[in-house]
Amino acid sequence: MATLTYRDALNQALREEMQRDPNVFLMGEEVGVYQGAYKVSRGLLEEFGPTRIVDTPIAELGFAGIGVGAAMAGLRPVIEFMTWNFAVLALDQIVNSAAKIMYESGGQIPIPIVFRGPNGAALQLAGQHSQAWESWLSHIPGLKVVAPATPADAKGLLKSAIRDNNPVIVLEGEMLYNVKGEVPEGEHIVPIGQADVKRPGSDVTFVCHSKTVTVALKAAEQLAEHDGVSAEVLDLRSLRPLDQEAILGSVARTNRAVVIEEGWPHAGIGAQVVDIIQREAFDQLDAPVLRVTQADVPMPYNKQLERLAKPSPDRVVAAARRVLYLD
Amino acid sequence: MATNVYMEALSPTMEEGRVVKWHKRDGDPVKTGETLAEVETDKAVMDLVARADGVLRQVAAAEGQTVAVGSVVAVIVAPGENVGATAAAATPATSSGSGKREGGNVATAAAPAPVAVAPLPTVAPADATRVKASPLARRMAKEAGVDLKLVTGSGPGGRVVKKDLERAPSPGTPAAPGATVAAPFPVSRVLPPERTGAAYQDVPLTQIRKTIAKRLATSLGPIPHFFLTTEVDMERASEARDALNKQLGDQGGKVSFNDIIIKATAHALTKHPACNAWFQEDHIRYWHEVHIGMAVAVEDGLITPVIRNAELQSLADIGREAKELAERARNRRLQPNEYTGATFSVSNLGMFDIDQFTAVINPPEAGIIAVGSIVQKAVVVDGQPAVRRRMRITMSCDHRVIDGATGAAFLKTLKQMLENPLAMLL
Repeated sequence: MATLTYRDALNQALREEMQRDPNVFLMGEEVGVYQGAYKVSRGLLEEFGPTRIVDTPIAELGFAGIGVGAAMAGLRPVIEFMTWNFAVLALDQIVNSAAKIMYESGGQIPIPIVFRGPNGAALQLAGQHSQAWESWLSHIPGLKVVAPATPADAKGLLKSAIRDNNPVIVLEGEMLYNVKGEVPEGEHIVPIGQADVKRPGSDVTFVCHSKTVTVALKAAEQLAEHDGVSAEVLDLRSLRPLDQEAILGSVARTNRAVVIEEGWPHAGIGAQVVDIIQREAFDQLDAPVLRVTQADVPMPYNKQLERLAKPSPDRVVAAARRVLYLD
Repeated sequence: MATNVYMEALSPTMEEGRVVKWHKRDGDPVKTGETLAEVETDKAVMDLVARADGVLRQVAAAEGQTVAVGSVVAVIVAPGENVGATAAAATPATSSGSGKREGGNVATAAAPAPVAVAPLPTVAPADATRVKASPLARRMAKEAGVDLKLVTGSGPGGRVVKKDLERAPSPGTPAAPGATVAAPFPVSRVLPPERTGAAYQDVPLTQIRKTIAKRLATSLGPIPHFFLTTEVDMERASEARDALNKQLGDQGGKVSFNDIIIKATAHALTKHPACNAWFQEDHIRYWHEVHIGMAVAVEDGLITPVIRNAELQSLADIGREAKELAERARNRRLQPNEYTGATFSVSNLGMFDIDQFTAVINPPEAGIIAVGSIVQKAVVVDGQPAVRRRMRITMSCDHRVIDGATGAAFLKTLKQMLENPLAMLL
């Protein structure tokens, strides 16, 4: 199995899907000549030409709308946003067109489109460019949302997203693009809606996704080393639909959970996860479920404040110690 | 910051408590966990301990006074904090239905306080008795038949959590699910299985047993008693007792007839586990351990301290434990866990020259042995008149658990044990 970066795993998925289906095309800012703002589309213009690798002006609402129209006409567009912060401009097309047309056409017009790009904070990009939108996007019926944390999941989920007949949001991460991992070659599909245990454990469940998987894994190592605690790290991978069975199965094993996300606490993805746990696993719980999120403020530009505002292994360890009654 | 000292529920059934003695006086410094007062509950004299550090003030219940659970009996304040109020009569913490709730129960208790004790968010007495437990702990306790009130919680605010139940002593884990499946009518009831290491096994009621339980419960009081009496020849038991006490000599801890009866009863119960059981409304709990409740008369009532695992203890150990428990029972010094959890009871009125009597079952136990006095009687032995020491014992049975023949078989074994104490060695 080859070791690839997250970026190259996405590139592989795009290339394989474009080779497999001539209806698939990529559109967005700097995807062609510049080979992608984060080089995800490296080499694709050369291989597939400008009709299938389409550079656009800086006009997110416009090219998102072109994508929805192309999907209505039977193509399978992949729309790249340079970051999801810029996709805020395109939300009308995503929410009011892409997510609604299948429903409002009585099932006659499927919209097989993928909207993808980096989500959440990188380093010192300040409040307007450091936002995690998964709770907004997961809120919408008619959209599917995935947030892979590893190169293998990035490849497998992007392939599933492209083949899906519904609009699928793929949340990547600027800080993830250089992450390396083993990636199965060729036909590697990760079904949408399946969580994955990234580290098995018996004492507490960390529910996480995307960049917080690394945070949770580090916290789990610290706990194992210093407190002899065995933490299970459950990577949601898909945020809509959520893998309820996996969440409940893990909580049934550990009786305790900490839910971690990059976004803000109020009405976050974690709130939805906690709702499922309290409702469906009430009698399994030995402690209230705690959440670790970004601080409830716009992301500070100051480096130290930014570090403190983000979910960190230390904060996850502290939450875990509380649900384990170690403090 | 002042902390109220409440009359706490110091036994599972306590509704009010009498202050026997204050160990701390108004103005004394106190530390968390220190005994503030001795309180007589409905069962025993227990310690009321401090829940905060500080100085004891406003002692509002006099020695000898009886106050309701949840009443404020004093407050603990920070050193130097001025509470200014005189002691007032203990008042229940709840506002009586009559109307508005005032700042805090201390404020209501001590009316003309120049500086009122901080109006604390008061803890209603209902909260004092409510057990805080995690949902998981509640489920585990229910499945294991553990009373959460008897478990000490280690979580925040005394919350009972999973590990507290994993630590809790017996009753252990329920048997494998397969073993507890009710046999469908008309297959006869599931018999108690071999001892497996678990403290007990819950066997669901079969339809016929449910019907028996329902019908019989409507007959004689809430528990349908029936009684079996037999007369036991105590010659050999007397000889054994004399020999054993001679052997023990001056070591103390003499063996009494009661000890022999407890030992024999425990031994017989191991051979008749169907009598060593609790009726639990929708199931019968057959105990694999034998805990004998021993009725002890106390000044104004009676109490049954429990000899744990009597079937495993030597006569000398039973004798020592029985003596020690009885003494503390009479002094009302038993802890709740020392008078709960019996699986069967023995009541002995022999010392009162009672020939024979019937004892009332102590639920949820299913049986009790009533022991009469040992008297010399002319009886026929081997076709010849002879004078022998005889004793009548009467077993009260809960018919929902024990049928006539079941009880009779147990009683026969008990009689054989007593008539030939050596059999207990087998």
